[in-house]
Amino acid sequence: MVPEAEFTSYYGRPVVKESPWQADIPAYLFTGGLAGASSLLAAGAGATGRSTLARNSRVGALAAIGASTFFLIHDLGKPSRFLNMMRVFRPTSPMSMGTWLLAAYGPLTGLAAAHEIVGALPVGTRKVLPSVFTRALQATGRPAGWGAALVGPAVATYTAVLIGDTATPTWHDASGQLPFVFAGSAATAAGGLGMLTTPVPQSGPARRMAVGGVIAEQLAQAWMTRSMGLSVQTLHEDRAGTLLRLATVLSTAGGIGVVLAGAVSRKPRGATGAQLLSAVSGTALMAASACTRFGIFHAGQASARDPRYTVVPQRERVDAGHPVRSDRTPPGGG
Amino acid sequence: MSSHSLFGPLDPAVDAGWEQAPGRKGFLTDTSVCIGCKACEVACKEWNAIPSDLGDGITGESYDNTSALGANTWRHVAFVEQSTPPAPAAPPAVDLGMPTLRAPDADAKPEFRWLMSSDVCKHCTHAACLDVCPTGSLFRTEFGTVVVQDDICNGCGYCVPACPYGVIERRAEAPGDKTKNAGIAQKCTLCYDRISDGDLPACAKACPTESIMFGDVDELRERGQQRVAELQEQGVTGARMYGDDPHDGVGGTGAMFLLLDEPEVYGMPPDPVVTTRDLPRMWKRAGLAAAGLAAGAALSLLGGS
Amino acid sequence: MAECHPVGFQWVMEAKRKGARIIHIDPRFTRTSAVADQHVALRAGSDIVFLGGIIRYILEQEKYFREYVVAYTNAATLVRDDFRDTDELDGLFSGYDPETGTYDPASWAYKGVEEYAAAGNARKPSADQSAHTDRAAGDTHGAAGAVGHGHSQTTRDETLQDPRCVLQVLKRHFARYTPEMVEQVCGVSPQDFLSVCEAVTANSGRDLTTAWVYSVGWTQHAVGVQYIRSAAIIQLLLGNMGRPGGGIMALRGHASIQGSTDIPTLFNILPGYLPMPSVDDHPDMTAYLKTVTSDTQKGYWTHAGAYTASLLKSWWGKTATSDNDYCFSYLPKISGDHGTYNTVTRMLDDQVEGYFIMGENPAVGSAHGRMQRLGMSHLKWLVVRDFQLIESATWWKDGPEVRSGELKTEDIDTEVFFLPAASHVEKDGTFTQTQRMLQWHHKAVDPPQDARSELHFMWHLGNKIRARLAESTDDRDRPLLDLTWDYGQDGTDEPSADKVLREINGWQVKPDGTPGPLLSSYTQMKDDGSTAGGCWIYTGVYADGVNQSARRKPGSQQSWVAPEWGWAWPSNRRILYNRASADPQGRPWSERKAYVWWDEEAGSWTGHDVPDFPADRAPDFRPEPGTAGPEGIAGDDPFIMQSDGKGWLFAPTGLLDGPLPAHYEPQESPIRNPLYSQQSNPTRQVLKRKDNLSNPSADAPGAQDFPYVFTTYRLTEHHTAGGMSRWLPYLSELQPQFFCEVSPALAAERGLVNGDWATIVTARSAVEARVLVTDRIRPLTVNGRTVHQVGLPYHWGQGGKGAVVEGDSANDLIGLTLDPNVHIQEAKAATCDIRPGRRPADHQVRGMVEDYISRAGITVETGNTLHEKGDQS
Ligand SMILES: Nc1nc2c(c(=O)[nH]1)N[C@H]1C(S)=C(S)[C@@H](COP(=O)(O)OP(=O)(O)OC[C@H]3O[C@@H](n4cnc5c(=O)[nH]c(N)nc54)[C@H](O)[C@@H]3O)O[C@H]1N2
Ligand SMILES: Nc1nc2c(c(=O)[nH]1)N[C@H]1C(S)=C(S)[C@@H](COP(=O)(O)OP(=O)(O)OC[C@H]3O[C@@H](n4cnc5c(=O)[nH]c(N)nc54)[C@H](O)[C@@H]3O)O[C@H]1N2
Ligand code: SF4
Ligand code: SF4
Ligand code: SF4
Ligand code: SF4
Ligand code: SF4
Ligand SMILES: [Mo]
Repeated sequence: MVPEAEFTSYYGRPVVKESPWQADIPAYLFTGGLAGASSLLAAGAGATGRSTLARNSRVGALAAIGASTFFLIHDLGKPSRFLNMMRVFRPTSPMSMGTWLLAAYGPLTGLAAAHEIVGALPVGTRKVLPSVFTRALQATGRPAGWGAALVGPAVATYTAVLIGDTATPTWHDASGQLPFVFAGSAATAAGGLGMLTTPVPQSGPARRMAVGGVIAEQLAQAWMTRSMGLSVQTLHEDRAGTLLRLATVLSTAGGIGVVLAGAVSRKPRGATGAQLLSAVSGTALMAASACTRFGIFHAGQASARDPRYTVVPQRERVDAGHPVRSDRTPPGGG
Repeated sequence: MSSHSLFGPLDPAVDAGWEQAPGRKGFLTDTSVCIGCKACEVACKEWNAIPSDLGDGITGESYDNTSALGANTWRHVAFVEQSTPPAPAAPPAVDLGMPTLRAPDADAKPEFRWLMSSDVCKHCTHAACLDVCPTGSLFRTEFGTVVVQDDICNGCGYCVPACPYGVIERRAEAPGDKTKNAGIAQKCTLCYDRISDGDLPACAKACPTESIMFGDVDELRERGQQRVAELQEQGVTGARMYGDDPHDGVGGTGAMFLLLDEPEVYGMPPDPVVTTRDLPRMWKRAGLAAAGLAAGAALSLLGGS
Repeated sequence: MAECHPVGFQWVMEAKRKGARIIHIDPRFTRTSAVADQHVALRAGSDIVFLGGIIRYILEQEKYFREYVVAYTNAATLVRDDFRDTDELDGLFSGYDPETGTYDPASWAYKGVEEYAAAGNARKPSADQSAHTDRAAGDTHGAAGAVGHGHSQTTRDETLQDPRCVLQVLKRHFARYTPEMVEQVCGVSPQDFLSVCEAVTANSGRDLTTAWVYSVGWTQHAVGVQYIRSAAIIQLLLGNMGRPGGGIMALRGHASIQGSTDIPTLFNILPGYLPMPSVDDHPDMTAYLKTVTSDTQKGYWTHAGAYTASLLKSWWGKTATSDNDYCFSYLPKISGDHGTYNTVTRMLDDQVEGYFIMGENPAVGSAHGRMQRLGMSHLKWLVVRDFQLIESATWWKDGPEVRSGELKTEDIDTEVFFLPAASHVEKDGTFTQTQRMLQWHHKAVDPPQDARSELHFMWHLGNKIRARLAESTDDRDRPLLDLTWDYGQDGTDEPSADKVLREINGWQVKPDGTPGPLLSSYTQMKDDGSTAGGCWIYTGVYADGVNQSARRKPGSQQSWVAPEWGWAWPSNRRILYNRASADPQGRPWSERKAYVWWDEEAGSWTGHDVPDFPADRAPDFRPEPGTAGPEGIAGDDPFIMQSDGKGWLFAPTGLLDGPLPAHYEPQESPIRNPLYSQQSNPTRQVLKRKDNLSNPSADAPGAQDFPYVFTTYRLTEHHTAGGMSRWLPYLSELQPQFFCEVSPALAAERGLVNGDWATIVTARSAVEARVLVTDRIRPLTVNGRTVHQVGLPYHWGQGGKGAVVEGDSANDLIGLTLDPNVHIQEAKAATCDIRPGRRPADHQVRGMVEDYISRAGITVETGNTLHEKGDQS
């Protein structure tokens, strides 16, 4: 722990403002990750003939991205003006980029999922649909799935830039590693969803993805906390601390569950147990991923509320004679 | 995206593509002559028809009952009661070789002081709020200032945590209320409407002591630096400029301040940095992470079931 | 000043930028202190000791501006042999009558003018003065303060050695105002005190001037007038009067409060500071003028007859002729103190039927709010004209006494009329600001709905009354029926403010009695009925037929004195008595301070301002001794309105509580007066009533129940009683609640917590306020003990319709004890108790106060002994 720093503030009032975002935004971070990684998983599953996994992941991705979009719009102060996001294309605005990503990703995911859904319909029902539609889906579904898989990783990680690109101390301090944390967390969630929805025999990639996600996330978080500086405290305290500790417990449990599920499934008559274990672990992993996002979100909010996290590092820079200056720091940062 | 336009000195209006920019306009707020009358706060509210905010009575924080800049307070006067003199601080006195007006008088140094300072949006050279705005609601005017277009803002709130000074804020919206611009980001416009007509900003016009000076940023910067030298010479060792350095973390500000103590004493960050300075690195990292995710996904396909 | 006159304060800041040193003397550290070079915290109510200390320092250290003092002040003038000073009489001057609590000022006169003084001093105690509640005080003095019989011929010793000369009197008088005494009484350290002395003296002289600025921190005391006198003495000794950068600036209050004394809303003066005639002394104009001025004094005040006749002509036009004394008999005559506070006590005694409240909110703004409100409940009718339904208009349904159940709305017989008023932007007219400058404001918008200007209201009220009386044959109705009352704008029912200004300026009266050409100067006024003018000092505001007050030439287009911005009385002079800016020979004291000087070649006075002196009076001119009037003004008599042409260090006449300032403790004080046995001003006006009790002082039993000093004041964010700020959201949010300011030490002593509530108690009431603990309030060591002060802004009130914020009123805490000269309330220093927590519920507050009263043993006599006999007297 960093020792308590002496610092001056104006009646302890915040220097920077905490974002006005409510639960919508961490939910958005979570669902975005879930969707993006699910699209990847789906594409892989499809390519390797794991059609159930592919279908479930595609539909999951659509549901997730649908929720994500809802959360994003719901959070706006003027939801009716959501489309104003489309007025500009602004690379300096991660939200603008994210919107364009979503604009690309959403339809692709939609097509891919629709293709799956239609494909899963009983033949009789399918015949009711206009044939143009089914034929169009037939033609586009697969490429759309690949497209979604291509954009998906960006959807999963850009949200780290979204919150990192703020003056919120914790988020900004974490911004170098946060994409990796989010990537890991996305993999965990998507894997978890696959495990929950797909029979064990087909969900091997989901399990491996989940475990890989957990490991990657833990490693990235360790890296992140080491490089963050003072604001790291916010990850350990209050609501954020609880959520992040819960995330670790859940992902550890989930990880163990994955391994067990694999082992049990190889046992004779282990199928039912394995399926149950898989579903429970998958749920735990998804919850872990959500906890990570909510935890990091709240840590950031807390860091904005307490002036110490803004003032102390800046004061230290100044006192050390190294305030940020453009002629010393190469343009564009390092 | 040219990395140059994210950081370092530049003329923001020109950078934003204004072809015949009339020259950058801004403020110098000289807190050494501020008397805390709050005329600036009220004038701003009157001119911009900002809703009033009664709060829950007094704050108990000296004479400050509006607390901070925000959606409904675009000028905010801070009141700092200091019982002990702070260590003679920061910038070294500039020796202009002028004769001293008054011998620094040790006895005259107050053991108590009451600092007042009228804060406002900094109209940063590199404005994080504007950089991150996804709708283009925030834009750079021909005067180099940063203004919200109420009819475009969708209230995404992104500019709020982006601002390194905690200035801009989304106006709260109670269900069913008809408050003007509820849900929309709000901050000082540097009286875009008034200065476009050649008028003074309302706050500057109302300020009785000329603590708030409006004009050409370059000229104000010089005036401020001169005044700092003057004050230093009179023994006001804490006097310093804030925001006047085009090489600082936000490329210098359009609204500069002459402070008598460290910025954080007044609730301002000591070394603010525009967050988008680090954006290229963030994008690279995000790209790497995405690639990693894809690779991981590919790897997960290896193996059974 | 920064708090209450922020716009004017810009010039202080500008002076500071140019190197001026700013010193702020105030019990509290305020926004003014924040930007001052030095803040001196002193105990509220102790300034005369502080200022007296400076006077002593100047005299002892011989720092006075000798040349100026000898030539321009009455320092050299000898005082009567039988004058006895406070140092001899232990706090009293000679002439005190303990029966009436008043002075016979005869012995204060200049030596050699005894016979005049005996014959005709303006004021003699009248029978009812013994009541102390009912006297007309200094009301019979006009602009020059007082009549100066025989002042055209005084005895002077210009070596300043004669023990009876004013300078020597001063030395003896102030000898006991030592730095140690300053420390003991004011709680100011000798270092702080001496640094002020040094700054003030070092920055005065030929090349430098010091200015004093004061407002109600000095006036609202039972010795308020003498505070200002103390500053006047300093300024005269240092040669800072009549010079640029010098003077004593009275910062006036409401936008045109200066105007409201020039053309008064006061009961005891007529326009232009002519005294109001009295029933007893003024059967006719001759008798009146005899007490207003004297034919044995110098200066322009001897023309009071012309000013009075012109005033009467302007009011009663053709009816006013030399045969009928210009209708002098039409003037109402006063029979005693008809001041606002006395009127309130008369209301309580059912002696007042009706009351107009126009632009005032006494239920909140006047001292002793409870008496104000209860008083109004005894009226038959009440008319309130205001922008808002202020507390003074609604006390009968939501005032504290109604809330407590003490008054029941259905039992109140007062009929209350509310008439909405137009604001200054909704009507034409002038403001007269603190520099005596008139500035015309044009109507910018129509008043909303039924709101109308005062002028509209008064004119139509007059029209209506006159129409009702039109058939009357009763003599008592003549003054109303004969009034010139023609203010209509081109025959409409809108009155014209311009017409009013013209009448104020005055005109030549044509032989047929109708208005002739406008006057350009008051020197044109005659006492033979050939001129009319509503206020002689304002004559010239319409010079050359031009509304001079409407001039707005930018400063950049004229000289630094800016004579073409507005118009200042008299004669557009920006600095009064500016002859003193030149030396006795008529040369500027220094290049830097050149302002008005004698031009030898032209044989006239000239300079940057309009010279305040007979234009062609050479500096070396000496009149025959005894010459009266303007002709009696010598070439080195700069103070041309004074009866001897000199600045008065010692006031031989005009004041009721002494010719020199002496320190007396406030009515309620934590200490005994260390200077004299006489504790408080022996002539103060006490109102001995059951509803106006005082807390015991000093060592009196019960004083320990009210151990703290409190003072009241304003905040920049609010305006006075709140009618113009608490109804405005943008101002209310800046200071939303009534609060009390206390030091951390007092907070610790009484368990007060920042942001929590406290209850403040006096013998009048108990109020609750949020607590602001601040280092800006410092405990002082006074007379060996720690004195804590409590600060209370007085802007809040309870009731009123539509106020954005409300709260308890500081004025409910304040009792009525008044200065004898001007009847001002002592609102700046009193004692109280303070305790943590909110006050009891409305209906229990009186119980709490009664408990305090009985515990402290307070009776109507408490604190009201006028004369304390000491060991030495
Ligand atoms: N913002 C604002 N401006 C105003 C007004 C307003 O209500 N609000 N009111 C206007 C009016 S009507 C007036 S009369 C003027 C009044 O203007 P000021 O006289 O400046 O007003 P106050 O705040 O009542 O008193 C001034 C100071 O006197 C101090 N004081 C109290 N007791 C003593 C004492 O014994 N000695 C000394 N030396 N100081 C003492 C108080 O602490 C206070 O700081 O302001 C005018 N301007
Ligand atoms: N404790 C304490 N008490 C004090 C003082 C203090 O220092 N301490 N100061 C005293 C002083 S100096 C003063 S001046 C008084 C002030 O006390 P008040 O005069 O009683 O209070 P204001 O609130 O100024 O009242 C003026 C009213 O006039 C109304 N008004 C404004 N313009 C117009 C107009 O054109 N026409 C009409 N009809 N109405 C108008 C406003 O709305 C307002 O309600 O308070 C005094 N009381
Ligand atoms: S201070 Fe904040 S709100 Fe103002 S321009 Fe800079 S970043 Fe934007
Ligand atoms: S809240 Fe409005 S101004 Fe702020 S970033 Fe979003 S759209 Fe732009
Ligand atoms: S420039 Fe205009 S908008 Fe900005 S603070 Fe001043 S008055 Fe308000
Ligand atoms: S108007 Fe000027 S003096 Fe008054 S608070 Fe604002 S900046 Fe300070
Ligand atoms: S309210 Fe009017 S009179 Fe008072 S300081 Fe402001 S401008 Fe001057
Ligand atoms: Mo006043």
